[in-house]
Amino acid sequence: MAEAGSVADASDLRPAGAEIEEEKRRDAVSGEPPFKQPRRRDGGLRAALRDALFAALVAAVLGFFFLGLRTEIGPGGLVLSTRWGLFATAVAIVFAGRLLLRLFVFRDARPRTVTAAAPGWAAALTALGRLLGPGLLVLALAFPFLILWLFPQRDRQYLDLAILILTYVMLGWGLNIVVGLAGLLDLGYVAFYAVGAYSFALIAQNFGLGFWLCLPLAGLLAACWGLILGFPVLRLRGDYLAIVTLAFGEIIRIILLNWYDFTGGPNGISGIPKPTFLGMDFSRGEDGVAAFLGIPYDSIHRFVYLYYIILGLALLTNFVTLRLRRLPIGRAWEALREDEIACRSLGINTTNTKLTAFATGAMFGGIAGSFFATRQGFISPESFTFLESAIILAIVVLGGLGSQIGVVIASVVMIGGIELLRNLGFLRDIFGPGFDPTQYRMLIFGLAMVVIMVWKPRGLISSREPSAVLKERKLIGADMVAQGEGH
Amino acid sequence: MESARPRWDLDPVLTVEHLMMRFGGLVAVNDLSFNVGRGDITALIGPNGAGKTTVFNCVTGFYKPTSGRIVMRHGEKVGTGLIEDLTRSGRQYLARDGHAAFLLERMPDYGIAHHARVARTFQNIRLFGGMTALENLLVAQHNKLMLASGYTIAGVLMLPGYRRAKQEAIDKAVYWLERVDLIERADDPAGDLPYGAQRRLEIARAMCADPHLLCLDEPAAGLNPRESAELNELLQFIRAEHGVSVLLIEHDMGVVMEISDHVIVLDYGVKISDGPADFVRNDPKVIAAYLGVEDEEVELVESALETREAGI
Amino acid sequence: MEYFLQQLINGLTLGSIYGLIAIGYTMVYGIIGMINFAHGDIFMVGSFIALAMLVVLGVTAASSLPIIILAILLVLLIAMVFTSVWGWTVERLAYRPLRGSFRLAPLITAIGMSIVLQNFVQVTQGARVKPLQPIVTDGITLLQGGGPGGGIVVQLSYMQMIIIVTTVALMTGFSLLIAKTPLGRAQRACEQDAKMASLLGVDVDRTISLTFLMGAALAAVAGTMYLLYYGVIDFYIGFLAGVKAFTAAVLGGIGSLPGAMLGGLLIGLIETFWSGYFSVEYKDVAAFSILAIVLIFLPSGLLGRPEVEKV
Repeated sequence: MAEAGSVADASDLRPAGAEIEEEKRRDAVSGEPPFKQPRRRDGGLRAALRDALFAALVAAVLGFFFLGLRTEIGPGGLVLSTRWGLFATAVAIVFAGRLLLRLFVFRDARPRTVTAAAPGWAAALTALGRLLGPGLLVLALAFPFLILWLFPQRDRQYLDLAILILTYVMLGWGLNIVVGLAGLLDLGYVAFYAVGAYSFALIAQNFGLGFWLCLPLAGLLAACWGLILGFPVLRLRGDYLAIVTLAFGEIIRIILLNWYDFTGGPNGISGIPKPTFLGMDFSRGEDGVAAFLGIPYDSIHRFVYLYYIILGLALLTNFVTLRLRRLPIGRAWEALREDEIACRSLGINTTNTKLTAFATGAMFGGIAGSFFATRQGFISPESFTFLESAIILAIVVLGGLGSQIGVVIASVVMIGGIELLRNLGFLRDIFGPGFDPTQYRMLIFGLAMVVIMVWKPRGLISSREPSAVLKERKLIGADMVAQGEGH
Repeated sequence: MESARPRWDLDPVLTVEHLMMRFGGLVAVNDLSFNVGRGDITALIGPNGAGKTTVFNCVTGFYKPTSGRIVMRHGEKVGTGLIEDLTRSGRQYLARDGHAAFLLERMPDYGIAHHARVARTFQNIRLFGGMTALENLLVAQHNKLMLASGYTIAGVLMLPGYRRAKQEAIDKAVYWLERVDLIERADDPAGDLPYGAQRRLEIARAMCADPHLLCLDEPAAGLNPRESAELNELLQFIRAEHGVSVLLIEHDMGVVMEISDHVIVLDYGVKISDGPADFVRNDPKVIAAYLGVEDEEVELVESALETREAGI
Repeated sequence: MEYFLQQLINGLTLGSIYGLIAIGYTMVYGIIGMINFAHGDIFMVGSFIALAMLVVLGVTAASSLPIIILAILLVLLIAMVFTSVWGWTVERLAYRPLRGSFRLAPLITAIGMSIVLQNFVQVTQGARVKPLQPIVTDGITLLQGGGPGGGIVVQLSYMQMIIIVTTVALMTGFSLLIAKTPLGRAQRACEQDAKMASLLGVDVDRTISLTFLMGAALAAVAGTMYLLYYGVIDFYIGFLAGVKAFTAAVLGGIGSLPGAMLGGLLIGLIETFWSGYFSVEYKDVAAFSILAIVLIFLPSGLLGRPEVEKV
């Protein structure tokens, strides 16, 4: 077939009316073609301007009812206020931003020629990566002392933040077993977090057991719940599994919210005991830890202690996960993620394998939950919403599925970064006294999720380390590794 | 056919009896019976859509057959008494006097691989692409290692018993990697290997599961002639050195005719021929099925064939 | 009996709203195989746009009937157009760059987008609930129960009629659109095999964009109806409505349009009857349990095609 002829044929093959639709669609987007068309890329300033205008138009449509107008509850029903200044500024920012992006970032549609410098960099990065883990560990171990030394005024705040981040690291590592290793998409992980927290709180309240005794019990209970919830749902595949786990997470939350007699309903449970140190608590009195150690009492000691507890628990999670990965069970999890049918053809009982992954993940979630309960001293269903599951899953995926260090980086970036926003009081000088940076926290969190994912769809650390090596340890690129269909 | 009963009828490792598989209204396999001899290389051939892979999936438990009996035997010349007792008992398998029989249609797929020791490969290769070749072979030894690791508890503590088992597993993997000429690529992800190597690795992985019967779904598909010849050697080796019976689906007649002791031909889910390679090769029904001839013309083909043979 | 009838009417109304949202889920899932987590929030955005538009127009229950009807039509139109641009933008920014990438990535961006939309609306419109004075009041009394004090009255309000009629009309039009037009054909082709469709000259990107536009437009209708029916919205209504609508889509068989509608009605009925006869607190538990049970025992839903495991 002649070249020209085939091209014409191809366009003729488009469904009848495609052109009409194109026109319709052009009308809908005000005569501009969508900005993805590659040949426009080289069009220079004019094309860029056109593109930016289109983006500004879209922004105007999007913002009109939200930035331009605002409904407020007035005396006789809702009243409307307008904010045209804000609206115009936003549209202008989008216009300028898109223009600059087009002119300076998305310019080169042609492939870039890369010289041979890359391997050296890669090797250096790999070497750095090897050091990253131990380096972070040393930093984590020394952290409270560094803080006490460097920021004596704000030590409590920073320690609190570190404890929060470590809690998410532990949750991320727990979920990583389920999602990263076994490839089972779990959107209801928070259920096990809640089970752990409530188990601890209820056992402590009703039977008077202490933190250290309750901790393994809570983990065990959460693991049982993992089995109970896991058994019916693990036959489901992919997104169905995700949505059913989400549903179970919500069911557990709703039950916690409504079962007043048992859980206290929305009021939650308060007065949860603090962890003790060799049976002593962190009080000012004679039998407190400070007196025992012969150091002057300081309320910060309890935070340092909490910090080391969660650090220890997180490291335990990490240690167990790394060990399991090298054992047949862990290898079976990963094989399950790669190909379930092949697993079955090799005699692996996939149901049991999935259940162990689910239960192990749930156990760590439960342990983290009881830590959460003891740290807060108060729990209520509000702490265990779907958003929490989403954040934990985001940490796992953003860090890079299956990557332990990735979870740490993602937790520090996402949780630490978001909490930092609380400290941006100086922005008030720019945007006026009404500006409250904390209310933008979740907005920025969501945007960061989108941006990081679009930038690095496989997560920050995406290579897989083999679990057994014959001669040479080679990292496996993410494009090889399956993500599990969530079977 | 020969007057004496062929070897596969005297000492079968696998017996398929009156197998029927129905998908909705479609009958993919209809009243199919055949034997796979112990230590034989048996080929299941037939035109596209003849139901070969369906038979495989029934044997390996991925499909539950609509009706029929599939018996797997461990040990030489398992008596019919044992099998009848097993069938009546309603159990999945029965062992007696060093013999064991398994009713595959009652077993789950992983149980067939684990207990009945039937391993398989897939038409579109199913390796664990993101895991190294070595890891692939270790996964195949999962059940043995699981036991050795005391269901993970001894493994977490790294007890010596587990370490020994682990070393044995690696040794076995190395043995098979050498056999299939992939030892140099042991630490490369399976998904990175070229096609022919993936086919070989999949066979090695199946062998690491210690099968009594190895089922290969089109092992030569996509291989070049040299690789095909190597595959023949590998299968001969597996049969000779490890005493594993092989059941394979194949389109490449060169492979089939060269190495098969026994060929079964399917067409439209029905067996149309069954016998040694030479017998099947000349069976007019087979030729008709492959050339797409109407039934009435079979006789014509038959006579044409006779003329040609007479000519030679 | 009267009570049952009343619950039936209420359930159908609620179910219609769920059904309209569910169509967006089912179409997107059908065409690109992802759960568009932000779809519930698109519904919320639609209801906010409708709210602002109603306040701009200044209609109240006191306005004359033709004005109210015109106003509602105008609000619907504006909400559909503006919301569909939201749907388009979400797809363009968060999903299209990840097309063909690994499948968890768009799920995470979808969750991210859901968080962004909720918080964007919260920041720009405030976190407090927005009550709207009822605009369409009254209704017709279908049954007057006997007994002392008049008994229970079965009422079909005009608003309920509007919702059910609009839903039926949209569903019919929409089914025709998918079944008869080239756009529908392109969409079904992409659903079957996007790569092949693109080889045959279907602009896959545009078809997907249009799917998002249509889904968002229907969600805007649902949002408007929700606003007019319940009279209270806040930035968080999208999550629960979204999850339940997805449940509806799954219940009906994901990828099937009539299935989405049927699933929506069933979920609406289950929820209403559960609240009416058992407990209001656990109505969501009922809906979610149905979801789990259906998926476990009937994974392809009521009207979906069964999936055969390929070995």
